[in-house]
Amino acid sequence: MGKKPRVGVFKFASCDGCQLSLLDCEEELLEIADRVEVAYFLEATRLPLTGSFDLALVEGSISTPEQVEQIHDIRARSRVLVTIGACATAGGIQALRNFASVHEFLRLVYATPEYVETLATSTPIADHVPVDFELRGCPVNKTQLLELISATLAGRRPNIPRHSVCIDCKRAGITCLPVAYGVPCLGPVTQSGCGVLCPSYNRGCYGCFGPAQLTNVQGLVQAYRRAGVPEDELDRLFHTFNAWAPGFRESTRPVPKETEGNTEH
Amino acid sequence: MAPDEGRAETALLLRKTRFQDLLDHLVQAGYRVIGPTVREGVVTYDEIHRVEQIPRGWVDLQEPGKYRLRYDKNNPFWFSFTPGPISLKRYLFPPTQTLFRVRRDNGRPRAEAVIPDPPRYAFLGVRGCDVRAVAVQDRVYIDRQGQFSDSYYAKARERCLIIAVECQTFADTCFCTSMGSGPQVQSGADLVLTELPDAFVVRSLSDKGQAIVSALELPPAAPEQVAEADQAVREAAGSMERRVDTTDIRNLLLRNLENPRWEEVAKRCIACANCTMVCPTCFCFTVQEVTDLSGENIERRRVQDSCFNPEFSYAFGTIVRQTVSSRYRQWLTHKFATWYDQFGTPGCVGCGRCITWCPVGIDVTEELQAIRNSDGERGASA
Ligand code: SF4
Ligand code: SF4
Ligand code: SF4
Ligand code: SF4
Repeated sequence: MGKKPRVGVFKFASCDGCQLSLLDCEEELLEIADRVEVAYFLEATRLPLTGSFDLALVEGSISTPEQVEQIHDIRARSRVLVTIGACATAGGIQALRNFASVHEFLRLVYATPEYVETLATSTPIADHVPVDFELRGCPVNKTQLLELISATLAGRRPNIPRHSVCIDCKRAGITCLPVAYGVPCLGPVTQSGCGVLCPSYNRGCYGCFGPAQLTNVQGLVQAYRRAGVPEDELDRLFHTFNAWAPGFRESTRPVPKETEGNTEH
Repeated sequence: MAPDEGRAETALLLRKTRFQDLLDHLVQAGYRVIGPTVREGVVTYDEIHRVEQIPRGWVDLQEPGKYRLRYDKNNPFWFSFTPGPISLKRYLFPPTQTLFRVRRDNGRPRAEAVIPDPPRYAFLGVRGCDVRAVAVQDRVYIDRQGQFSDSYYAKARERCLIIAVECQTFADTCFCTSMGSGPQVQSGADLVLTELPDAFVVRSLSDKGQAIVSALELPPAAPEQVAEADQAVREAAGSMERRVDTTDIRNLLLRNLENPRWEEVAKRCIACANCTMVCPTCFCFTVQEVTDLSGENIERRRVQDSCFNPEFSYAFGTIVRQTVSSRYRQWLTHKFATWYDQFGTPGCVGCGRCITWCPVGIDVTEELQAIRNSDGERGASA
């Protein structure tokens, strides 16, 4: 192979958890470092942002005017742009602000809110620039991240499913929580990818990977209502890391019409 | 009841006090015994060695979208439960299998088949519906001319032993009588057990089964014992309430592809695929190729898949069955209509798993009846 592909890892509004998933690939990381040139990755190196990238991995959502400019710059520098994690793909937990008034929050949280420059919304990267692939999860799954990088290096489509968690849950032979114990689980409408983490520990799925492809969120909402799941519990279930993902967004609350200041300059 | 009388002549008796001998003998004969046992609050099929592992006295409650187990210490019966979510499919057609690996060796690709040799399974406590389900899957995976058989499945089937237990209690979700698969077991098993409070009436349907009963030197069952056991099964069959009217069902469904019911059920169905995953006859899989970071090692895997997975219908660069209604229709019409064209039988054995394990409680028997009731109606196309 000629020149090693240049990879950049970028961060917007997020907790760094997804980048840490990359650092968590200790053994494989040496191999990655061997195969690619990590040209920008603040969690690991201190190289300045220069030149262009063959692959940009982008974590975090867009929540300030400054970030809007930065993401356009990164897009312009990158051949393939992949967003990683619920913040980058759906707006993250911080997108809960989209359902309310951010100014109210600011007033409550900060002593001098006028120093805080923020947008009224937290939105996914794909709302601002074209994205080549979205790697879901809160955080992303290490195996999927490696699969994505392997596939990109091999020039093939990554084996990353978009179907329900239930398919993998049944393959793993786990007892179904809502059916056998009456525990609400978001698995039926959530995209698989975590390795069925929560159901294998008897916890209902929290929806970390966002809505499954072409699913029917309302069908599950209605079923859990019929089963007597309290409305506030149902609302909380759908309004976490992927609250702003289409499908979850309209699940239990009226959708705010035109969210003010909705970003694009 | 001529067939029953015929069966009675060869009926033997296995006292419950000797059931452990049967398990021990199976192990000695080289079998891995897979039987019902309670795990995580459900009856599953898993490896067992001791009679204590059988859910003796346990009773299941099943209804659309709901499963519960309870223990009744006064119940002398050992098999008062019906199938849980796991069927023999898990053992004969495992959910994930690596088929082969390719690695680069001095610049040349080298392939190596890695399909393991299947164990010799003795499936114990298999119900009528599940015995029939194996026969249905045989038609999918075993080519009678021997040309295109699935090698793992065919070998696992050839080696396995099936010990059926006829049902005397059933769940609200069962409808085997409509599909002609139970509760009586007339074929497809090596041994058939029918329970009495303190013993089992045992019938052998094959040479393999005969070898087991001969080794155990079982005494014949008394005619009254046989009559009592058979009567209990007949009574159970007679009181099963859930039914499917299978009259002309293939044509009924195929002439109702535009029935508005498909849109109606699609409002409730969340396309989660649980129904197909628990169905003991659904056979669909997908094939994945995986590389490692170096690109030097490639693995081909086969994993169970479902027609509710949108990517299942990915063709010509797009997903063909975009709507939930089109996916639900695919499932129901395959099970009850096009399966006849493919394999000459229905694809459903009436086990009720898809009803119980649907998290929103969609009931195939209700959907089929709704189509029948609205035969000929047309809505917006699915
Ligand atoms: S436990 Fe949750 S993820 Fe698993 S099959 Fe049931 S609903 Fe689906
Ligand atoms: S369609 Fe449903 S009832 Fe019929 S065999 Fe499959 S799981 Fe059992
Ligand atoms: S119903 Fe669907 S998953 Fe089942 S065998 Fe048919 S196409 Fe396959
Ligand atoms: S019928 Fe039930 S189990 Fe099957 S895909 Fe629809 S919601 Fe899931």
